[in-house]
Amino acid sequence: MTAVDAMAPWLAQTDVQPLLRWEWVTDNLDEIVTRGAQHFWLTAVSVVVALVIAFPLAVLAQRRRWVIQPITWVSSVLYTIPALALISLLLPITGLSLTTVAIPLISYNLLILFRNTLAGLDGIDGDVVEAARGMGLTERQLLGRVRIPMAMPVIIAGIRIATVSSIGLVTIAALIGRGGFGQFILLGLNTFFWTALVVGVILSVAFAFAADLLLLGIQRWATPWTRAAGVRAVGT
Amino acid sequence: MSGFLEGLQWLVANEHWSGSDGIPHRVWEHVQVSLIALVIAAAVAVPVGLWVGHTRRGQFITVQLSNIGRAIPSLAVLSIAFLLAVKLSPTLAFGFPPVVVALIILAIPVILINTYVGIQQVDADTVEAARGMGMSGWQILFDIELPLAAPLILTGLRLSAVLIVATAGLWALTAGGALGRYIVDGFALQETDRVVAGAILIALLAICVDALFTVLTRILTPRQRSRSAAEPGRLERPPA
Repeated sequence: MTAVDAMAPWLAQTDVQPLLRWEWVTDNLDEIVTRGAQHFWLTAVSVVVALVIAFPLAVLAQRRRWVIQPITWVSSVLYTIPALALISLLLPITGLSLTTVAIPLISYNLLILFRNTLAGLDGIDGDVVEAARGMGLTERQLLGRVRIPMAMPVIIAGIRIATVSSIGLVTIAALIGRGGFGQFILLGLNTFFWTALVVGVILSVAFAFAADLLLLGIQRWATPWTRAAGVRAVGT
Repeated sequence: MSGFLEGLQWLVANEHWSGSDGIPHRVWEHVQVSLIALVIAAAVAVPVGLWVGHTRRGQFITVQLSNIGRAIPSLAVLSIAFLLAVKLSPTLAFGFPPVVVALIILAIPVILINTYVGIQQVDADTVEAARGMGMSGWQILFDIELPLAAPLILTGLRLSAVLIVATAGLWALTAGGALGRYIVDGFALQETDRVVAGAILIALLAICVDALFTVLTRILTPRQRSRSAAEPGRLERPPA
């Protein structure tokens, strides 16, 4: 018996079913909320932890240029390893735990956040730095009062990219039952059930856009000068 | 660490190196779908990206396409392509077509945005000077803009190739083959060594593809360093 024959009953069903059965959505509201919370926390943890690691490294790299090369090299290699492979490699070590999913997500965000933060800190007009030094600011004050605030638009742009990417990647974790909305995508795929697939895709994409808009709003609010002067933040 | 060693043992075992579920055949499947998808995606996205960069038309759509592309899970594209294929023609669905289509859809935005930004970043004065020398639009595109944009275009191809290899690993979830088969089957059979072996192979393949394109870029653009874009990460998409 071929695979096609084995799936014949399912295939017959796919011909008649609608794209979205609302009663399935209302019946599974609890599950949708639970998976949404899972998706949110995985994303939040992976972005925040990556930022906590990448931010100090970028600040260090801004002063000590030699650390850029090794950090970029390590994070680039991590970035190249597919999430599916990294999750599977971690399986014997960390099992089906949250850590197994969080480590790949964090490692991807590291590269994005490190490079954006460094680009933001580096991208400040030399005259501004000169003026700040002329006013008697120490290097530490220069960092806290000039560099970091002025780098904010680029740093937050990096956070937006990391967040949107992470939300998409979390779905891969469906393989070990921690995929958030991705669990519905996998369910729909395995049972040829369009409603679950459509719900999973729409909620995941909607979550990504909502998070992106929220972060854009935070960036506008935190750096009012970028809109007042009509300065176009890089990447928006 | 013992899990990793068991995976290595699985990899070197003789019985896993022959037959239709053997490592050579699975690697070949993986390379085949990836290569077909990459060639088609590049054939579509590079010319369009050149056109957008040169004429400055459709810039907004190009940028939005890359943003939207990042938000759509690769598993979703693969699943939708597979279920649609099942609906259209069940025999076709269990072959290359749905996965190749899904990989192309995922790769196009990455190649497109890099090609477009590469052309768009070419110094306006350089283009102006070329025009002043009487060069035609085509000459400017091929003799000035294309060589100067080459590093970024190649970066786009490298990133999309890695993305394709990564996503081809998910093909097994849609009743497909390639190296993801070991991971999916390993999960089903609860054989961790098989899962780990599959993961090692996929990771190695992705790293090799990345290295191959890095070397290719060095050879093709010996004197240019691939410039990082104004905002790193905007042109990329993490590999699934």
